[in-house]
Amino acid sequence: MRKPTFTKTLSNGFLGLCIAYMVLPLIIMGGAGFNDSRFPSVYPWHGFTARWFVDLWNDQPMLDAGINTFFLALVVVAISVPTGTAAALLLNSWQSKARPVLFGILIAPILTPGVVVGISTLLFWKEFNISAGLHLSALGQVSYIATYVMLLVLARLQSFDKGLEEAALDLGASHGQVMRRIVLPHLYPAIVLGAVLAFFQSVENYNITLFTRGSAQTLTVYIGSMVRTGFTPEINALGLLFILITVAGVIYVELRRRRHERRELKLEALAAIEEDKDLQGIAA
Amino acid sequence: MSEGVELSDVSVNFGSFRAVNNVSVSIKSGEFFSFLGPSGCGKTTILRTVSGFIAPSAGVVSIGGQDMAGIGPNRRPTALIFQNLALFPLMSVWENIAFGLEVRGAPKAARRAKAEELLRLVDLPGAADKAIAQLSGGQKQRVAIARALAVEPKVMLLDEPLSALDLKLRQHMRTELRAIQKRTNITFIYITHDQGEALAMSDRIGVMSQGKLQQVDTPKNIYENPANGFVASFVGENNVFKGKLEDVQAGVGTFLAYGGEVLRARVGPGVKAYSEAKLYVRPERVTLSPLGATPRRGANSAAVKITSVAFEGNFISVNASDNRGRRYTVQVPNDASVWVPPLDAEARLEFDPDKATVLQDELAVRDSEQGENTRGRQSFALEFAQ
Amino acid sequence: MKEVVRRYGLGATVLMVTLTAFWVLALIVLPYLFLVDASFRPFLPADQVGGPNDHYTLQNYLTLLNPNATKDFLFLSIPIHLYVFFQTVALSCLVTMITLALGYPLAYILAKVVNRRSVATLFLILLIPLWISELLRSFAWYIILAYQGPLNALLGLFGAGPIRWISGYNGVIIGLVYTYFLFMLFPVYGSLSTLDTNQIEAAEDMGARWWQIHRRVIIPHAKPGIASGCVMVFMMCAGALFVPKLLASPSSRWFTEVIMQWFFEGLDWNTGSAYAFVLLLVCTIFVSLVIRIFKVNLADIAR
Repeated sequence: MRKPTFTKTLSNGFLGLCIAYMVLPLIIMGGAGFNDSRFPSVYPWHGFTARWFVDLWNDQPMLDAGINTFFLALVVVAISVPTGTAAALLLNSWQSKARPVLFGILIAPILTPGVVVGISTLLFWKEFNISAGLHLSALGQVSYIATYVMLLVLARLQSFDKGLEEAALDLGASHGQVMRRIVLPHLYPAIVLGAVLAFFQSVENYNITLFTRGSAQTLTVYIGSMVRTGFTPEINALGLLFILITVAGVIYVELRRRRHERRELKLEALAAIEEDKDLQGIAA
Repeated sequence: MSEGVELSDVSVNFGSFRAVNNVSVSIKSGEFFSFLGPSGCGKTTILRTVSGFIAPSAGVVSIGGQDMAGIGPNRRPTALIFQNLALFPLMSVWENIAFGLEVRGAPKAARRAKAEELLRLVDLPGAADKAIAQLSGGQKQRVAIARALAVEPKVMLLDEPLSALDLKLRQHMRTELRAIQKRTNITFIYITHDQGEALAMSDRIGVMSQGKLQQVDTPKNIYENPANGFVASFVGENNVFKGKLEDVQAGVGTFLAYGGEVLRARVGPGVKAYSEAKLYVRPERVTLSPLGATPRRGANSAAVKITSVAFEGNFISVNASDNRGRRYTVQVPNDASVWVPPLDAEARLEFDPDKATVLQDELAVRDSEQGENTRGRQSFALEFAQ
Repeated sequence: MKEVVRRYGLGATVLMVTLTAFWVLALIVLPYLFLVDASFRPFLPADQVGGPNDHYTLQNYLTLLNPNATKDFLFLSIPIHLYVFFQTVALSCLVTMITLALGYPLAYILAKVVNRRSVATLFLILLIPLWISELLRSFAWYIILAYQGPLNALLGLFGAGPIRWISGYNGVIIGLVYTYFLFMLFPVYGSLSTLDTNQIEAAEDMGARWWQIHRRVIIPHAKPGIASGCVMVFMMCAGALFVPKLLASPSSRWFTEVIMQWFFEGLDWNTGSAYAFVLLLVCTIFVSLVIRIFKVNLADIAR
């Protein structure tokens, strides 16, 4: 407890700088979307305009790329969530010496540069005369996004009491019913989080998509290609939309979390009251 | 409605470890049967074998005369109450209770009605729509019982379900469990390491140690006539003498303790004359009287000095030692007519031969006996190594 | 596998095994094997593939050492691709160290100094950049670092600059640090938050100085998180594609850009594969070094 105020000030200062460091660039990027300048910039300020948002809306290639991105992300979610969940359940219940090996293989994709994943996907499917395109992008993305889902589900399984499965079986449930009524409901939060994460990871993905897309466009690839052709503040307008969606999502999650926390606290308090009543009941 | 359970030569191996060793027992329909033993003695394994989560490595489990081999836990007429209760946290109270009916495809109205009925049976009316998290420990217990009863099991299996409750509530729930069992007349198989629970609730008790069934009998017989040293020292407290049994006449033997005392006591089953054995006598079977009083005829007796006197409520716990250094524990009833020796007093310690038992010195059970010493029991048989 | 069937039934087990097997074989193991295979085969016109000239060779890897195109570095003349490769690895290490130097104190402050309630809010703010595309995050720095951009304008107020930020690898380092900083922060925070504060107080109580406490108590506890952060940041830096494309001067290339060049300009997928495999190898070596040095296991790193 030496010099608490000095330490506190120092760490608060550092904390403030870090937050500013993380957030300011995003504000600048979003702000540039309103600057009436032909190049993305905030300085010098040429005046306020909304025309980049209008341009963005009328940019047909961008819109097409956006639609591609959206459907690609849906497909990736649809494959990676069941795959990651299945692998997590398998890893969690399989008792074998090969288990660590399987685990090692399944986490390898998140420790591999996207470029390598993209190229190997392309080479493998070429062998079956399947040429590049968004279908390959989907497979390439699934290979590492499923790992994220798997890790989330595995973490959730840590808090799962195997006794619940046995209790359900003992009460006469079939294996399918145990899965539907007991296991999946418990995993639900991790699966939803996994699905959202998978969607955003797919939307953001650049490296794998670049190598596997063939001639199809996605948002990130389209933006990436502007390094050569030149950027317009349309990108900033798009970036701002992404930021707003994220902020809205984050706020929604936080509100839900608080509500959940309040509910838990309330139930806990009610349980404590019942506990007291029980003891009094015996004494009486 | 209710069925008996028969275990014939059941063994369960986990790799090279034999958790259950050749257990045979016949549990009658409608009986409250307890398996009592220290942790790791195999009692939980037996329960899981009966419920179908574990297949026996050898032997036959049959329920109502039907061999259960190959029948999964979800198709056996048993309901298990787990040690941690395993209530489904994401379902409400009534959904928990009705789960067994739901998976059998019963319509919702019938499920709800059955749940309400069972909640009344376990004395928890009006809790149907509550969340599991808002129940007290005792209420959760009742919900778990109701959930198990909902599937109308022929046999109810209980795995130390009261161990999470605090003392007062646990004692209360004992009576209640017993009452529910009487009312429903379902066979109860109860697992516990708490001798008090087993003695208070059971029709019969099977005492287990190291995977083997040591004795199956009524609570009274388990306590009064233990079959061997393990049972004697696991159930209740004892003063123990190591020594050798000399000759035996009409069931009463002469016992030569290694301290040099010559004592007389009943001879338990399987103890051969002129073999090593132990003599057990319960603290409440030992009496103390002033040195000057007349000795009782035929009683074993020793002159002792009182080393501690502790008031325990319903009795007074007295420690004493004789001039050889052997220590005794004596429970003196809290009764004005009985003499309570003061500290440091000289006294005569006596116990009648028919209150003491010579039992086999079971080396095989010694390890677990010592391991359990500190668990769940306030004090334990005193071992006198000379 | 019997225990899985017992637990989930035959149907679910078959489904789980099928999905996992598809993932392992078709999406991970076999593609990697094909990559390795292609990297050892010569680049041939389509009609000669499978023909007599299609035999295993080291040629693709030797291209990395091609002495015809060199770059002078200090007094050495180094093959250009090798030079780019070492630049990439060295700068990735540098970026990893910078993010650790920034991330560790911040993670410590969040885990142990700031009160619990504000941490939740702070995390929400920090989470926002994480959900926004890497591309857009680095694009922000493209604007900030522009020669006539806000940073130079700010420096101008103090009479400094302007500095040509986007030249050489300066911009890349700045951009990579920003883009991957959170991948260091979160794992380190994760391991620090499990440290019992009593341990720090006990050490303080015994008279340890703050740096001794960090060295002997806190850092050893944070090791899995630090290892995880280092691996992720290094891997992402070495494999970065867009940041160097956007924020480096055209002459300062990243190894991934060379790979891309083989693929899309040279159309030589074999040499590209060889280079990609070298990149994978470097990442694997980095992971095993970290595991060795920090004495952690793979499960600690994947979180």
